[in-house]
Amino acid sequence: MSSTLTQNFFELFSLPQRYALERADLDARYRDLQRTVHPDRHASAGDQQRRMAMQQAAHINEAYQTLKDPLRRARYLLELRGHVIEDQQTTHQDPEFLMQQIELREALAEIREQDDPLQALDRLARDIRAQYHALESDLAEALDSGAEIEQAVTLVLKMQYFTRLQNEVQELEADLEDELY
Amino acid sequence: MALLQISEPGQASAPHEHRLAAGIDLGTTNSLLASVRSGAAETLPDAEGRHLLPSVVRYLADGTHQVGEVARQQAADDPLNTIISVKRFMGRGIDDVKSLGSVLPYHFVPAESGMPLIRTVAGDLSPVQVSADILAELRQRAEQTLGGELTGVVITVPAYFDDAQRQATKDAGKLAGLNVLRLLNEPTAAAVAYGLDQRPDGIIAVYDLGGGTFDISILRLNQGVFEVMATAGDTALGGDDMDRVIAGWIMQQAGVADDPGHGLQRRLLQAACAAKEALTDSEQVDINVELDTGRWQGTLNRAQLDELIEPLIRKTLAPCRRALRDAELDPADVQQVVMVGGSTRVPKVRSMVGEAFGREPLVDIDPDKVVAIGAAIQADILAGNKPEDEMLLLDVIPLSLGVETMGGLTEKIIPRNTTIPVARAQEFTTFKDGQTAMALHVVQGERELVEDCRSLARFELRDIPPMTAGAARIRVTYQVDADGLLSVSAEEQTSGATAHIEVKPSYGLTDNEVETMLRDSMDHAEDDMQARRLREQQVEADRVLEALQAAMQQDAESFLDSEERAAIEQAAQTLAEARNGTDHRAIKNAIEKLEAVSTVYVDRRMNANIRKAMAGHAVDEFK
Repeated sequence: MSSTLTQNFFELFSLPQRYALERADLDARYRDLQRTVHPDRHASAGDQQRRMAMQQAAHINEAYQTLKDPLRRARYLLELRGHVIEDQQTTHQDPEFLMQQIELREALAEIREQDDPLQALDRLARDIRAQYHALESDLAEALDSGAEIEQAVTLVLKMQYFTRLQNEVQELEADLEDELY
Repeated sequence: MALLQISEPGQASAPHEHRLAAGIDLGTTNSLLASVRSGAAETLPDAEGRHLLPSVVRYLADGTHQVGEVARQQAADDPLNTIISVKRFMGRGIDDVKSLGSVLPYHFVPAESGMPLIRTVAGDLSPVQVSADILAELRQRAEQTLGGELTGVVITVPAYFDDAQRQATKDAGKLAGLNVLRLLNEPTAAAVAYGLDQRPDGIIAVYDLGGGTFDISILRLNQGVFEVMATAGDTALGGDDMDRVIAGWIMQQAGVADDPGHGLQRRLLQAACAAKEALTDSEQVDINVELDTGRWQGTLNRAQLDELIEPLIRKTLAPCRRALRDAELDPADVQQVVMVGGSTRVPKVRSMVGEAFGREPLVDIDPDKVVAIGAAIQADILAGNKPEDEMLLLDVIPLSLGVETMGGLTEKIIPRNTTIPVARAQEFTTFKDGQTAMALHVVQGERELVEDCRSLARFELRDIPPMTAGAARIRVTYQVDADGLLSVSAEEQTSGATAHIEVKPSYGLTDNEVETMLRDSMDHAEDDMQARRLREQQVEADRVLEALQAAMQQDAESFLDSEERAAIEQAAQTLAEARNGTDHRAIKNAIEKLEAVSTVYVDRRMNANIRKAMAGHAVDEFK
């Protein structure tokens, strides 16, 4: 009987090792796991048991954070299949994609000059989200239908571009709101 | 061997006694104590029927001190020795304290630990000691009211408190002789107090404006599990700031110069606070202050007050937006808004918050008591009085944790709003041949430059096995526990050697300093310390034995062969004997031995329970 600390995250949550998952189902499993191991559930036990509970709870939190985020889940699956992608890794192979990224970044840089910057930013954010979701469904297909691993890797790298872009959108949104109110 | 006699399967073990537990809201202005009695959580008053204990301690020349109302009344006459709002100095450095402005009347003295000491007639005191004196007063009240020793307490802290502020609070609890079961975030406690776990699932926003701090927390409730999704706030913004702008207005009206003396300042702030409180129910209030030059009288109305404090309330709305954004939610997603903290009585605060979230906030529990009540409910559960309760609180780390890298930059290790407990590891290598030590600087905050973040601690790793440069692989693990407290461990991967770590907190006390304070606080230091250590080990021994006994009654047969079981029973027997002796070291040794032989059992049980929890879910619920 192997320790749950060494199981992979899918095994830990008793989920099939694939990309597609039901978020509500994942959340319910997470709650039941934390109800079992969280240190508060072992508050009246000795130090050792509380330490072990904390380790388990931290492990389950890590697993949940990885599985619930589409990009992290995809990278984790690829890792289990022997293909590690670094945080900062990018793709330079698709000129059309790079061109589109440059255009989106230009649009972002010009937001402040628009009549209603917040509304313009909102439109841009929707556009980015839509493209991200399109990539995500392609990725689900590539990961779960036994396509070449390279195809999934390319999609993950493209999604990483979008994630960075989304972070910048959020920062700008925060700045604009704080200036406005 | 009576202790571990195993009962027949299915036979219930004796119901254990009700353990005394309490929740403590250690506030900037007032502190409160609450406990669950006959099923209901209620705040416990002092002998005179007062529930709120002003968080004020006055130190006297004879070395004694007064806590609460009696101290507060002397604040204006003895400002230097009467410490108010000490919570603002917890885990803070001298520069932070100075940035609070010229409003502080105390003499701060730099100390070896970055947290400055306050000079009083009774000596130089750490804010931790002052807080401990407040906690000790509440402990006494609890033990008198409840009629026995407390098993443990839950102390609340602002969700936005960083590691140093949390550690300082926990140290204060320890100094006060309390077993701190948990540091609980104030907003989470408030959500618990409203019994929201009994209501339909949904998103809850807790808006907490206290005397000196502001917090906003966004929680998701799902079948009794409160999950904090995001939290934000300002640790230096609160009702005191309202008093200050009102006092400023009075000074302007009365033509008082910018730098009033300590005594006048206290009178101005008291008049300002009274005016603010009066304007909660009336439309206008007369103000009457004894100035150095004579008496000043004036009138302040609600509209004027609203105008004065509007910018302060507006300042609280930016963190609200940020927390919602971090949680990836819109204001419309929020189903309940809970109001906490005395400052939420101010009508303008209620109306502006209601507007921001587009719904009426919940205000039916006294905003001063709601946090202590929630803490008492949680303390009751953690003490083991409600084993069937399904409630679980999952908090997050409020500020990102990072380490200093080349050029004074930070590298984030654990981003803010990550659910705790959490552990993250990082690998380092040596850059010199034979290098056996290295230093790590851990900071907390969101900014890129180390100097813009809060320094938490410097860690020195020693005893790294000497190797050629770049050969050592040192894995450093950062762990944040359920209280939000950081610990760091390090291991050299190729040799498996554990590096020794020396911690130097930037704004906190080292374990030795806490120990010294503990010793200093006792009349017969050596004897008292021995008695205390013995008591601590006995309590721990009882916990270990009781938990083990309960577990073994349930399932020893499923997880242990007869040899393993005999070894555990033997070690338990040894501990039970040591526990009734007077040697705290012998008890400690026996606990360690028992833990060593039962590790395998605890581990197997936990793994089996995890599998059992998942067995309820179909292996593949969707095809």
